[in-house]
Amino acid sequence: MSEAHQIDGHHGHDAHGHHEPTFLEKYIFPLDHKYIGMQYMLTGMVMALFGGFFAYSFRMQLAFPGISVPGFGIVSPTEYNALVTNHGSVMIFWVAMPVLIAAFGNFLIPLMIGADDMVFPKLNRLSYQVFLLSCIVLGISWIVPGGGFGGAWTSYPPLSANGDYSMTPLGSSLWLTAVALEFAAFLIGGINFITTAMNSRAPGMKAKDVPMTVWMICIASIMFMASVGPLIAGAIMLLFDQQLGTGFFDWKRGSDPVLWQHLFWFFGHPEVYVVLLPATGFVAEIITVFARKKLFGYQTILYTAIGTGALSFFVWAHHQFVAGIDPRMANIFTITTVLISIPIAEMMFLYIATLYGGSIRFQTPMLWALGFIFEFLIGGVTGIFLGASGADIYFHDTYFVVAHFHYTFFPIAFIGTFAAATYWFPKMFGRMMNETLGRIHFWGTIIPVNFIFIPLFITGAAGQHRRIYNYNHFPDVSTPDLQTLNIVATVSLVILLCFQTVFLFNFFWSMWRGPKAPANPWKANTLEWQAPSPPPHGNFPPDNMPVVYRGPYEYSVPGREDDYWPQNQPN
Amino acid sequence: MAFKPIATTRSATGILTAKLAVWWLLASEVVIFGGVLASYIMHRIGHPEWANYASHTNTMFGAINTMILLTSSLSAVLAHRAAELKDGKQAANLLLATVGGGAAFLCVKSIEWTGEINHGFTITANGFWSFYYTAAGIHGLHVIAGMILMIWVSMSARKNEELHRVELVGIYWHFVDLVWIFLFPLLYIAK
Repeated sequence: MSEAHQIDGHHGHDAHGHHEPTFLEKYIFPLDHKYIGMQYMLTGMVMALFGGFFAYSFRMQLAFPGISVPGFGIVSPTEYNALVTNHGSVMIFWVAMPVLIAAFGNFLIPLMIGADDMVFPKLNRLSYQVFLLSCIVLGISWIVPGGGFGGAWTSYPPLSANGDYSMTPLGSSLWLTAVALEFAAFLIGGINFITTAMNSRAPGMKAKDVPMTVWMICIASIMFMASVGPLIAGAIMLLFDQQLGTGFFDWKRGSDPVLWQHLFWFFGHPEVYVVLLPATGFVAEIITVFARKKLFGYQTILYTAIGTGALSFFVWAHHQFVAGIDPRMANIFTITTVLISIPIAEMMFLYIATLYGGSIRFQTPMLWALGFIFEFLIGGVTGIFLGASGADIYFHDTYFVVAHFHYTFFPIAFIGTFAAATYWFPKMFGRMMNETLGRIHFWGTIIPVNFIFIPLFITGAAGQHRRIYNYNHFPDVSTPDLQTLNIVATVSLVILLCFQTVFLFNFFWSMWRGPKAPANPWKANTLEWQAPSPPPHGNFPPDNMPVVYRGPYEYSVPGREDDYWPQNQPN
Repeated sequence: MAFKPIATTRSATGILTAKLAVWWLLASEVVIFGGVLASYIMHRIGHPEWANYASHTNTMFGAINTMILLTSSLSAVLAHRAAELKDGKQAANLLLATVGGGAAFLCVKSIEWTGEINHGFTITANGFWSFYYTAAGIHGLHVIAGMILMIWVSMSARKNEELHRVELVGIYWHFVDLVWIFLFPLLYIAK
């Protein structure tokens, strides 16, 4: 069918090309996937500033209890809870999701598969608008009477279900509404991503020619779609509990608060892999380009991703080992949890195998990609402690858990993003970022992050519980040594936040003042680098859309003069 | 017709892109209803006394609504056939008949709910009634959404435009039916 239709498409395209879009059409209500991706990215960056500020405020309270935090003031217990809750929610739902999946997914999927746009540009725009609405609703929840929701990002009832307990009757419902809207935005976006990758690939691009990033974002979108439903249902039930007075999660009325935990973690655990997989996709792309070597075990990486995705639906109860679940169930979930480390460890080994014997270039994106593997390994290994139900009874809800999941989420949400942002920046804005500033930012981020979370492993193992407002009230676990570690963590956080200004400066300065980027500065094979930098509306010339002849990772092929071989070059 | 990207016209799988999207949409809906129904079934197993509350539901109203909804799917299928035969006008009329079925379903539902609420069986009465109104309410919203979509599709179909949408909205309507097929035994028949 495509032949006749494509000709139609060309005509439509040409006609469109003559009409110069107004500022509103181009930047505020764009249909072009690249601009929608940038909207997601900038919104995510703004939300990251909020998330970082929240972390700074409550970490200052933990290190120096009772002081007036510069820029915030005295942190009250209610405010402390709201800060912790919204730090977690913002960083996962409003930073990791929009930046890793929506921003890069939007920008990269059509370019990487050689298409001119998403299959449903209007749905794409709607997805961003719903997402923006969710940001606004969340922002309102912070300033309503009673303040922002303080029941943790997991929102366990009965604390979250009853305004008398949470003391934030408005904040908790607005938070829940914002989360539900955010889910709706990503369901709309996800359907678009998956159908685009399934149907709109360039002629000749078979499944094994699809770049790993596209695969990973699609697997993540499918996982999100398959896991979020019960939580959407749960969110409706919880909203009814809050506003109508139903008793879905009220034990006094014959129901069970643990039901929420099942609904939440059935989504919540796959969600970890929903954000992890796109980051591993970026890393795969970067290490193969900067090692000038074919990606080791393309199909195996794909299978490990699918295996991880499938297994992640059967591990959720490891969050509930101490919630009163049947101990026999704990055994089963220990086994599945420890099992999931096999495919994901294999994926990391394959990345390391890709490096072996390569001609490695330590430019900024590569530093981030290697940093991802290094830091994520620490997160993965400490996960085994927590997946074992016996050890978890002790570690549960201590700072050990906090340190563990920050060693997974920080590499995913920030190291992965910085890797991708520095790698694709030339394509996005047509300019190069400054390499020296990039290195300063890298070391200024990677060193402090370890000094934040390694101390927290120690305080957690010493018994510090994660939901304490002021440790001075608990003399047993607030020895001077532990307090010193808390101060180290907080000071490192402040240093880390200061170094982010280097990135922001580099990002926005290079956007306008950086040296002009060639179409393919890294000498990469994938199709996005065969389009001009930045790609025009429609990405490729409409009468000369790319045709794919080979897989995306043919680097240093023997007998060829160049060490790379773009996918669309006939020979 | 507005600008359409080349991407939309491609079909690497051989399946129409829009149809693919509808199936993915339904996949996500299955999980949403799956969450509600799984929660309900788990509670129902844990609370044998809910059978007493369930005995107050009106199986007759439920059965009538099942008949109405299933019959409305017939006209949706006939509309699809008319669309395949390029008879847009006939397809539009049949779609509107399906919309009528949806409206009748909602009328019966509101009569039924009015009676139940007047007897004091409100959403806050107990766990069973909370699930009863929530599950059927979410389903009802899907019925309303389907009706709006069918009116919209029938408007373009009447002009013989975008006839493939008749099938797509039909797929969605069958799904709405299917959910009711699960709700009817779980909420009405099991006593």
